[in-house]
Amino acid sequence: MSASSQWHVATVVDAPRITRTARAVTLSVPGFSGALAGQHVDLRLTAADGYQAVRSYSLTAVGADERVDVLVDRVPGGEVSTYLVDDLRVGDQMEVRGPLGGYFVWRPDDAGAVLLVAGGSGLAPLLAMLRARRKIGSTAPFRLVYSVRTPDDVFFPDELDGGASDVEVALVFTRTTPARWPRPAARLGKDDLVAPGFDAADGPTVFVCGSTGFVETVAGLVTELGHDPARVRTERFGGA
Amino acid sequence: MATHDPAALDGNALAGQLAFLGSPDVTSLVLRCATCGRTDVVARVRAYVTAMGSVARCVACDAVLVVAVEQPGGTLVAMPGASWVARS
Ligand SMILES: Cc1cc2nc3c(=O)[nH]c(=O)nc-3n(C[C@H](O)[C@H](O)[C@H](O)COP(=O)(O)OP(=O)(O)OC[C@H]3O[C@@H](n4cnc5c(N)ncnc54)[C@H](O)[C@@H]3O)c2cc1C
Repeated sequence: MSASSQWHVATVVDAPRITRTARAVTLSVPGFSGALAGQHVDLRLTAADGYQAVRSYSLTAVGADERVDVLVDRVPGGEVSTYLVDDLRVGDQMEVRGPLGGYFVWRPDDAGAVLLVAGGSGLAPLLAMLRARRKIGSTAPFRLVYSVRTPDDVFFPDELDGGASDVEVALVFTRTTPARWPRPAARLGKDDLVAPGFDAADGPTVFVCGSTGFVETVAGLVTELGHDPARVRTERFGGA
Repeated sequence: MATHDPAALDGNALAGQLAFLGSPDVTSLVLRCATCGRTDVVARVRAYVTAMGSVARCVACDAVLVVAVEQPGGTLVAMPGASWVARS
């Protein structure tokens, strides 16, 4: 059996709340290693009566073995996410299987242009790609289009601040915008996905991640914009 | 066709359940649909995951390609709708 198919015991070492609805959870996981940006893990929680639940969460950072960083956003009424966001405590234990998936992955030796499109918690695996790129000093052109409901819902705003890096970040607010924001609140549309250097003719790799409804909408838009479906990689989290 | 089905995930979501089949990564294997002939990596199928197991369907014709069932002794995987699986 390969290490990524085994369940490893994990201990919560840090779990700060990062927005009203989300927490960044760091686990210490002996035996966990070799993760690539874009991969996910399966988390298994076991209740006192033996009941188990398994859910997938994307890694938000890679490069440190025996450590798993994820971001969990509460899905209203959701069984596992409400527990992780509202009740999890440092020192709690669970199990981790991974790293998983070799397809929704950005490899550091790829110098080509990359268009990242995130909806809400779909930022998680794309954040790992941005962090990996920065860590190795890659000059691959990256652009992030990040759709959120309101300014309060932006994860890691300081880190994403365009001024702090050479990555172009376009925030798309769907319900409320900051004061004097040039773009009115509206769902993500074709115009948001167009930018010099990242258009269909430039042939970027496109990574799209978020709820299933968001991913299907965006995958449709980028196909209409002429991007080669073979270069569009999607990660659906579930949900409308 | 099952588009905009909120329960639909990418085949990538099956990576954990199918990991026991081997490494490096099962979702990068190529699968051919026996019904319509579409040939693509497992990561791109349409996946439905529950506590009992998973079903992977062809994105082109909706045929059931892979069924994985969680059993006390481990996971059982059937590929009723795949004509073959290969390394990409
Ligand atoms: C490969 C993969 C990676 C994932 N990575 C992350 C991650 O990094 N962070 C994260 O917060 N979640 C992530 N998810 C979603 C996560 O696995 C759970 O589905 C989510 O936390 C809800 O679980 P729950 O037990 O609370 O809800 P459940 O009790 O299982 O049910 C709630 C419903 O919410 C749906 N749902 C799941 N995600 C969303 C969403 N984003 N928006 C709306 N509805 C949704 C489910 O399909 C389900 O129908 C990922 C999913 C997959 C397949």
